[in-house]
Amino acid sequence: MNLRGTAAVVTGASRGLGRALAEQLAAAGARVVLVARSEKELTAAVDEIRACGGEAHALVADVGRKEDVYPLAGAAAALVGPVDLLIHNASALGPTPLRLLLDTECEDLSAVLDTNLLGPFRLSKAVGGSMALRKTGTIVHISSDASVNAYERWGAYSVSKAALDHLSRLWAAELAERNVRVFSVDPGEMDTQMHADALPEADPATLARPAQVAERIVAMLREGNVPSGSRVEAQNWRPS
Amino acid sequence: MKRLLVIDPLSARLGDYRIEELPQLLGSGDVVVVNDASTLPGSLRVDAELELRLVSAAEDGSFLAVTFGAGDFRQTTETRGTPRRLSEGERLRFGEGLSAIVTGFDPDEPRLVRLRFEQAGAAFWSALYRHAKPIQYAHEPAPLALWDVQNRYAARPWAFELPSAGHPLTFETLFALEKRGAVLTHVTHAAGISSTGSAAFDARFPLPERFEIGATAAEAIARGRCQQGRVIAIGTSVVRALEGRADENGAVTAGSGVTDLRLSARYQPRVVDGLLTGLHEPTTSHFELLEAFAPRSLLLKATEHAGRAGYEPHEFGDSCLILPGALLERLAA
Repeated sequence: MNLRGTAAVVTGASRGLGRALAEQLAAAGARVVLVARSEKELTAAVDEIRACGGEAHALVADVGRKEDVYPLAGAAAALVGPVDLLIHNASALGPTPLRLLLDTECEDLSAVLDTNLLGPFRLSKAVGGSMALRKTGTIVHISSDASVNAYERWGAYSVSKAALDHLSRLWAAELAERNVRVFSVDPGEMDTQMHADALPEADPATLARPAQVAERIVAMLREGNVPSGSRVEAQNWRPS
Repeated sequence: MKRLLVIDPLSARLGDYRIEELPQLLGSGDVVVVNDASTLPGSLRVDAELELRLVSAAEDGSFLAVTFGAGDFRQTTETRGTPRRLSEGERLRFGEGLSAIVTGFDPDEPRLVRLRFEQAGAAFWSALYRHAKPIQYAHEPAPLALWDVQNRYAARPWAFELPSAGHPLTFETLFALEKRGAVLTHVTHAAGISSTGSAAFDARFPLPERFEIGATAAEAIARGRCQQGRVIAIGTSVVRALEGRADENGAVTAGSGVTDLRLSARYQPRVVDGLLTGLHEPTTSHFELLEAFAPRSLLLKATEHAGRAGYEPHEFGDSCLILPGALLERLAA
C-alpha cells in the first residue's frame, strides 16, 4: 500500500501507540485524522506532526459514544477525503486496579465493550460502506494477547479484544470480494500509560516502545502482504 | 420491506416488486451509479425566530444558505414565519465555536444569503457536526438523527439533504447486482434542499450543484455503453451529475464541475437510461423531472396505481424504477 496521500483515521491517537502510528503515517505522506477524547493532548500531537511537515487533523470524539461516530466519519471524510485506512486503536481497560470477574460491575463491562467493540463496529460501518463501494481500503484492529490468554482480572478487556479479533475476521470474510483488507495486530506489551494503569509494577525498561511497534505496523501496511482476516503478533512479524 | 414500482415506458407497463428484487431487473453490462455524498447536518439555529439551511458550498469555502422564520420542522416550510432580513456583515452565532459572517445576498431573493464561517478545517467540521442538525421533514414524526439520513456507502459530506433514492439499498442488494453482472459505481453530487416554503423561490431550485465523477465511474459508463448496457442512476442527483457532464453524444469524462441542469419533459437524457427514485405527487417539482424519463400519462397512471396499491411516498418511503424495457425483457424471459 502506497501511504503517500492515503486518507487515514487513527483512533486513540493522542498518546501511546495511536500517536506513534499517526506520526509515522504522516511522515510517510498519509493525510491523517487523529481521534481521541482529550482535546489538549490531541492538539499537541497534531501540532507536532504539522511542525514536521505532515498533514494531521484533530477530531475530538469518544468512539464508545454512538452519537460521536457519524460526526466523526463525516468530518474525517470532509478533511481528508474518503477514508482508505482506518486503525481502531482506542481502547478502554475498565476500572483499575483490574478486578476479578466476580467483582466486575456489569456496567463496567458494558462500558469497555462500548469502546473496544461496539465503537469499532460502528465506525467501520460508517466508513467501510464507502470502502466496499470503492473496492479499496484497509481496516486494522489493535488487539492484545489478552484476547487469546485468560489472564486473571483482565476479564472485561479480554472479552472485548477476543470479540474484536473475531469481528475483524468477520469483516474480512464479508469484504473479501470487495478488496477491503481487515486484520488485527497484537502489539505486545508496550511502555504506555495503559500498561502502567494495568500493571503499575512492571519495569518499563522491559517493554517495547510504542514507536518501535508502530514502525512494524506501518511496514505491514506498506508491504500490504498481511492476509486479510489474520491476527498478527507485531513482535513476531518480519518484513519480507 | 420497501416496495419497488417498476415503470417501463417502452411497454407502457407497470410492475410491482420489492426493492431487493432490483437485481433481477438488471443484468450483465448494466451500470448502476450511486451518489456517495454523505449528508451533512445542514440546519443551523440562531434563535427561535431564525433558522438557516445550508444549500451549497462554493470553492472558496463560503456557503449559500436559506433563512427560515419562526417555527420548526414539525410544520411544513410553507407555514413557517417570515424570517427577518439579515444585513451584510452581520455576524451569526450558532453555538460555541461556530459563527459566520453574512457576506452577500441574492439580488432577487433576500432569504438566500452567502455565509463565510469564521472557523476552518477540523475546528469548523467538528463545530458544524456539534451544533447543526440534519434537515428535517414535516412528515417524519420523530426528529431524524444524523445516522438516519445516511446512505450505507456514503463518504464525503457534500449533500445538504439525503440523496434518498439510495437509502433503501442494502449491501445485500448492491452485491447481488454485481453478481448479476451489473457494474456498481459512484459519483459524488452535492444534492441541495428541495423546499423553501415559497413557490416563487422553489421555482429556482435546484440551484447549481457541484459534482465529481471519478475515472472509475467514467470508464465503467463508457464500457457499459459499448456493451449495450444501460446506465441506471440511483436518484436524480446522479442524473444531474452525469447529464451535466456528458457531451452531446452522451460520453462522460472524469472530472468535477457545477451543473445547473434542469430536468423536465423537454429534456432528452443523453447518458442515463433508467432512474431509481422515490414516489412523488404529480404536483411536486420532482414529478416534473421524471417526465424526462417517461411520458406524463404513464407517470400519472403509475401514481394512481401506487396510491391504490398503498405505496408509501416521501424520502423514506417506497421506490420506483423507470427503465425502458424493464418489463418487456421479463415478459420475454
